[in-house]
Amino acid sequence: MSDTTDLATYAMRLGDNALVLGQRLATWTGHGPSLEEDLASTNVALDLIGHARLWLAYAAQCEGRGRDADALAFTRDARAFTNVLLVERPNGDYAQTIVRQFFFDAWHLLVLRALCASRDARIAAIAEKAALEVTYHVKRSGDWMIRLGDGTDESHARMRVAIDDAWPYTAELFAMDAVDDAMVARGIGCDLAALHAPWRTYVETVLTDATLAFPTDGVMHGGGRAGVHTESFSYLLAEMQSVARSVPAERW
Amino acid sequence: MSASQLWEVFVRSGSGLAHKHVGSLHAADATMALQNARDVYTRRHEGASLWVVRATDIVASQPEDAGSLFAAADGKPYRDPTHYVVPDGVKHL
Repeated sequence: MSDTTDLATYAMRLGDNALVLGQRLATWTGHGPSLEEDLASTNVALDLIGHARLWLAYAAQCEGRGRDADALAFTRDARAFTNVLLVERPNGDYAQTIVRQFFFDAWHLLVLRALCASRDARIAAIAEKAALEVTYHVKRSGDWMIRLGDGTDESHARMRVAIDDAWPYTAELFAMDAVDDAMVARGIGCDLAALHAPWRTYVETVLTDATLAFPTDGVMHGGGRAGVHTESFSYLLAEMQSVARSVPAERW
Repeated sequence: MSASQLWEVFVRSGSGLAHKHVGSLHAADATMALQNARDVYTRRHEGASLWVVRATDIVASQPEDAGSLFAAADGKPYRDPTHYVVPDGVKHL
């Protein structure tokens, strides 16, 4: 693959993660557990969709195939999406939404902080802007981990289920492939494998505060970054893309 | 959130300005109240600083005391700056 193809793929992965989690969170809008929480989670969704715009615009520019960020978001099929499986996990109950969010936020912040030192000026600039917002995201989701874990018997039990559900999807966050290796070698990307230990340490700290046990590693799932997604992803995509696909030339 | 309390929110919109009451929200404790205040009231660059105060901590005057508290100000125009002549050239007073 050429240099710009790797760069396009790299930016697209970051964009797809943000877009898909933003879309998942956005479906809570109007259904949040309280008005305040509804607005707060929608804010996070909007932050993520803002990041997705920046990453996908850069991916589109790098690939040079005449597509823009909207074309990447709204006209690709599931097989062409490169997000990790964790972010496409269904919302479930609020414990599942929060656990998914926290596992991702904690990883996201480590990645963005590392990318602030990227040799690619655009990647460094987007990472710097996004890191500010994600600092708040991880604080918020971490607080909810503790509140729900160290809350009632009911919330604690639901958190345990949610953690066991989400855990098998966390390994994919740290898996390196040829694109990652190439980006690291060029000083553009970050070493995901090296972030695994700090991530585990941080997650363990929060789980301890939340009186929740650190999960044991079992079978781990992956494949999202290669375009192999879970069943529920096709429904997410259908909903997200339906308007853009039914009126392709429309502007608003 | 069954244990949620009512909090009053004050936002200072810029340096040198006073915190101004903007509304209220529900939260279980101070940390959540501050985060909720950020998300509910400062999403469009309204704020430079936030205060949240438990609504139960605010001591309010009672409507039936309005007479004794505020009527004394009636009929004392000499307390108003109306008769003060603003010198020429003073723009910010």
